[in-house]
Amino acid sequence: MDTVGLNSYLLVAAMLFVCGVVCMAVKRNGIGILMGVELVLNGANLNLVAFARYTVLGLDGQVMALFVIVLAAAEAAIALAIALNFYNNHLTIDVDRGSELQG
Amino acid sequence: MGSTGETLRNLLTLAWLLPLIGFLVEIYALCWTHRLSKAPAYLAVGCIAAGFVCSFTALMTWGVQTDWVVFQSTHHDEHHEGDHHGEQHHADEHDAETAHVAEPAKTDEHHKHAEKAVASAPADALAATHADHAAEHGDGHSEEHAAKPTVFAGTFYNLGSFGPLKISLDWYIDSLTLVMFTMVTFIATCIHIFAMGYMQDELTEDYVDHEVHLANHEHFHRPGRFYRFFSFLSLFCFSMLGLVLAGNIFQVFIFWELVGVCSYLLIGFYVERKSASTAANKAFIMNRVGDFGFLIGLMIIWTSLGTFQFFDSVDAEGHTSQVGLFHLIRGTTGEMQLSADGQQVLLQNEVGELLTAGENLRSIPYWLLVTAGLGIFAGCIGKSAQFPLQTWLPDAMEGPTPVSALVHSATMVAAGVYLAGRFYPVFTPEVLLVIAYIGCITLFLAATIAVVATDIKKVLAYSTISQLGYMMLGIGVGGWGAGLFHLVTHAFFKSLLFLCSGSVIAGCHHEQDMRKMGGLWKKMPITAATMLVGVIAIAGLAIPGSQAVLGETFAFSGFHSKDAIVATALAYTKLNAVHGLLFLAPLVTAGITAFYMFRLWFMTFAGAPQDEHVYDHAHENPAVMTGPLLVLSLLAATCAIGGESGPLYKLLALSEAVPAGASTAPSSPVTIVLPTHGQVHAVHATAGKFALLAAGLGTLVAYLLYCRKALNPAEIGRQFSGVYGFLVDKWRFDELYDFLFVKPAHSVGRWCQGFDKVVLDGVLHGASSLVMLVSTWDRWFDERMIDGLVNLVGQVTGQAGRSLRVVQTGHLRQYVMWIAVGVVVLFAALFTALPK
Repeated sequence: MDTVGLNSYLLVAAMLFVCGVVCMAVKRNGIGILMGVELVLNGANLNLVAFARYTVLGLDGQVMALFVIVLAAAEAAIALAIALNFYNNHLTIDVDRGSELQG
Repeated sequence: MGSTGETLRNLLTLAWLLPLIGFLVEIYALCWTHRLSKAPAYLAVGCIAAGFVCSFTALMTWGVQTDWVVFQSTHHDEHHEGDHHGEQHHADEHDAETAHVAEPAKTDEHHKHAEKAVASAPADALAATHADHAAEHGDGHSEEHAAKPTVFAGTFYNLGSFGPLKISLDWYIDSLTLVMFTMVTFIATCIHIFAMGYMQDELTEDYVDHEVHLANHEHFHRPGRFYRFFSFLSLFCFSMLGLVLAGNIFQVFIFWELVGVCSYLLIGFYVERKSASTAANKAFIMNRVGDFGFLIGLMIIWTSLGTFQFFDSVDAEGHTSQVGLFHLIRGTTGEMQLSADGQQVLLQNEVGELLTAGENLRSIPYWLLVTAGLGIFAGCIGKSAQFPLQTWLPDAMEGPTPVSALVHSATMVAAGVYLAGRFYPVFTPEVLLVIAYIGCITLFLAATIAVVATDIKKVLAYSTISQLGYMMLGIGVGGWGAGLFHLVTHAFFKSLLFLCSGSVIAGCHHEQDMRKMGGLWKKMPITAATMLVGVIAIAGLAIPGSQAVLGETFAFSGFHSKDAIVATALAYTKLNAVHGLLFLAPLVTAGITAFYMFRLWFMTFAGAPQDEHVYDHAHENPAVMTGPLLVLSLLAATCAIGGESGPLYKLLALSEAVPAGASTAPSSPVTIVLPTHGQVHAVHATAGKFALLAAGLGTLVAYLLYCRKALNPAEIGRQFSGVYGFLVDKWRFDELYDFLFVKPAHSVGRWCQGFDKVVLDGVLHGASSLVMLVSTWDRWFDERMIDGLVNLVGQVTGQAGRSLRVVQTGHLRQYVMWIAVGVVVLFAALFTALPK
């Protein structure tokens, strides 16, 4: 396994994804959760780019990745605004302190 | 001749429509003037007076057209000769006209000419045939038949055709129409003028009706209704004139009903008085009873004869398109054509030929013709207040006195006699017998009631019924001319008498009881004198022996006309001895009439005042009221001058109709022979003597009882209290009808009410309860079952939502955990479940 193949990319992407999910699950800091989300998204992006490189997906994968990046930027903007508001209301960004979405 | 017809038509139409215009303007008087204005009265008088001028002009025109035969002396032979020439002339004219019209290019004008010519030509033919007929039998009185009856007729407007049924507004003008028009408009004018004075107290914003007592012991106050009274009077005149001018029996019926409505409005003029509104209802309902017969007659005529028109109508070519009723039944000879078995009357056309329908001759069953005649006469019974429908007329006294005068002389009740006269050609001798007996019963019955009546207007009301009975009797015994002669003379003296009584009532401040009057001639000389003229006229007094001096009997109008009726009745009785009552009753009643009329006059004007209060306040009325009295008294005295050779009778006799048959059919169960003019003439002097004797006796008795006080009338009343009470109770007819009709109607009504309440209401209530029950159950089903099902679904959904709430914790990290777990589970499921 002297060449870096598709499987390596997928492995890295999976690791990134799992890291992101774990980050989201365990972090009580809102910013931390956002970071986890970024990891998850970038994991997925890596998958898309790798598939674009090694399979017939071609440019579609790269375009998809670009979309995800744009989406991530937008999401980050909104999420940070939410975080700011959350802080305004709770004087903290500990997500466990807020359960207003309880049904 | 056509132009004469047109002139007459235009004049009479104007006279007819003027009161209608008056009515329409007057009824809206409050829109163009105020309540205290006399303008509506002036308008009404103007309309009817103009109508009189038109009618009189028409009469003159007609007189010129007929060469004034009415005023020619009775040189029989010469007269007859002249008439023959006239007929010849007319026949030529008729031919010429027909030929003229036969040309293809003809104007409307020509058409009209032709219509008149054809319409009157058969009448000429009729006269000619009469003359021949009379000459054949040689009864020596052909001159009476020879006078040519001139008839003008035509159609104003076709209202509509319903299949073969044609409803149109027609006109029919003969001398009877003209005399009636002149008489009605003249008397109505007098009455209108009188009413301007009599109704004076209605000219107020606040009229106090002293006869209406309110619950708070006060009298009823209302605005005066001066204008309304005159508008109703105008409508009344319009209706009556329309009835007289009508050219078909259906049109007669329309105006007949209009007259009824007007009498209803006027009798109930003081509608707040219970007695007045009841009397109005009574008059209207009693008339409906008679009109029921009228309608049956109309239906028979329509179904059997197919036309309502009196005259023959002509089409554009001048041919007769529809033979009129008179010619259908009696042809041109005045004789019905019976079928071989005598059960059918064969129909004839305008020249006396038998009409055919396909193979068969057209005919009407004899009994059906009798029924039709009786039906039409039933209408006359109602309208002319004959037995057994006489009870409404005395109650009709509740109306203002001028209305009574109008109703009793020129309009309402005259309509019945007029129709009986107009429809005379369709009456069979059997119908005439019924008419005679109805008249006979009525005249005696009403006269006896009048003897004991104490209300001055009631006496006159009963005398009207009695005199109408005379007219009906006259018509019934074959004296067409005599009956209608009496109608006209009676109209004059009865309107005079009523206006006099109105004058007395107004002068005595609405006191109507004769027992409280007496000696009033000093206070009201004009009223007393004019009323005396009327009383003498109705009583039929004459100066015996004056015939030898003057050449004719000197008497007021009533003598001549009553004389004619009694003479006809005597001739009839001589021919039909079984019906002797038809002569005896009018003879006896002539005496009773004289008695009660003089009793009225003596009680009112002669003797000592009976009630100081009434006497002290009595006064003569202003000229607007006494003027008409003077004019009418003049006419009441002189209108029948010359008797049966005088102008009025001869004028009427010119349109003298012949009945459907001079004697009954062989198959008829009764045998009747109608007297001829000759036979009447032969007994005239005898009858006249008897009648005068009876009248003289009646007058003498009245004089002795009420002026000389030879006997105390009240004492006599006590002596014969049974009879007296019976008469005071008007032969207990009201009680009888109450028992026969009103009470049963009430019990039927109560029974119906009970049926309604118990059965119908029960069914209704049962049905409603059932519906309530069903709907209650339905509600339960709806609420429990349908709603329950829906609610269950909702509840289940809600419950599910509530139970799922717990997973929605709001903890972000928990959600992420679930996502992660979910992803892992999905993958695991993917790898285990999917086939490799």
